[in-house]
Amino acid sequence: MAANEAELSGLMRAGQRGDTAAYRTLLSRLSASLRAYYKGRLAGIGRSAIEAEDLTQEALMAIHTRRHTYDPSAPLMPWVHAIARYKLIDHLRQTSASMMDLPIENDEDILAQDDHVGTESAYDLKRLMDKLPDKMRRAIQSVKLDGLTVAEAASRCGMSESDVKISVHRGLKALVTSVARKRRI
Amino acid sequence: MKTDDLIDMLSTNVEPVDHRQIARNIGMAVAAGAAVALAIVFFVLGPRAGLSSFATLASALLKVAVTVVVLIPASIYLIRLARPGGERRTPAVFVAAPFIAVIVLAALSVTFAPRDHWSGAFSDEWLECVISIPLIAVLPFAVIIWVVRQMAPTDLARTGAFVGLLAGCVSAIGYAVHCADDSVPFFALWYGGTIALCTFAGWKLGPKLLRW
Repeated sequence: MAANEAELSGLMRAGQRGDTAAYRTLLSRLSASLRAYYKGRLAGIGRSAIEAEDLTQEALMAIHTRRHTYDPSAPLMPWVHAIARYKLIDHLRQTSASMMDLPIENDEDILAQDDHVGTESAYDLKRLMDKLPDKMRRAIQSVKLDGLTVAEAASRCGMSESDVKISVHRGLKALVTSVARKRRI
Repeated sequence: MKTDDLIDMLSTNVEPVDHRQIARNIGMAVAAGAAVALAIVFFVLGPRAGLSSFATLASALLKVAVTVVVLIPASIYLIRLARPGGERRTPAVFVAAPFIAVIVLAALSVTFAPRDHWSGAFSDEWLECVISIPLIAVLPFAVIIWVVRQMAPTDLARTGAFVGLLAGCVSAIGYAVHCADDSVPFFALWYGGTIALCTFAGWKLGPKLLRW
């Protein structure tokens, strides 16, 4: 089943307003498109499925931490495609593959296929989390992994509610950065 | 890590986000950059003499106004460039149009100006202008780059170039308060040239500074 622009941009707009269910649906739909996109691009140049999974996760994290850059009056898929392609080019540049191998593509390509066969990526969330500053780690653990509300997390961690929100936000950004840095080594 | 676990984590307790934040933050960064440039000019270089007379004030304001005509469309364009894929939505030519129009107008008025006005372009102040505008632009450039980094530009060279253009314009606005040379060839050559230089610097630095 190929993704549908109107439906997905509706889910994203709801996600921007804080609708958790819509946002979860959006991310899992996008993950299938992204996986197909990266597998297709990487297979042609002899790269593994694990690399495609790494990139899928990186793109999802980028979509999440930069979701405020989506303009709700514009179509969603060109926005997703621009992020996916940016992460792919960045990845190939880091791993010094020839960019000449990358075929010219248009915005529709990312809509073309889905791929639900996920493997595990090379990233270990627990180890990445361990490198975060204490405050950020506890905030993400409570709000994003244990599913506590911000108020509950605030009383558990002994922080103010706005402190918890800021720590989650900064922590996720730090995770994205450490993922990108890990790849560069 | 399994992708489904990541999705679970990301979509737990999703905070609402404000998509208008991009336009607001870029607007604030440009305004802050202008304030910094004006402050440097007022406190370091000092405003030009005779700003209280109407003629002097008018010619200073004219230089500011021409620069603002370039600044405003470039800011609007930067707001688009800061979003992924924004570079595909509008060709840069539309934004370059005011800049080119200003250059053409300046070239015309220079062509029809008496020959001895050309010596005005090489008055004592040109060296100071060439050094000051890029130097004053450094801080506004840093402020705007820092703000745009929080967004997600996907054409880093072009985005960097426009950050440089904005920083150059903001710096030129500040410098116009100090600069006592009002001849058109001077303005076209040295203001235009230094703003172009800032744009070039931004184009070169963008891919390094704006990566995300």
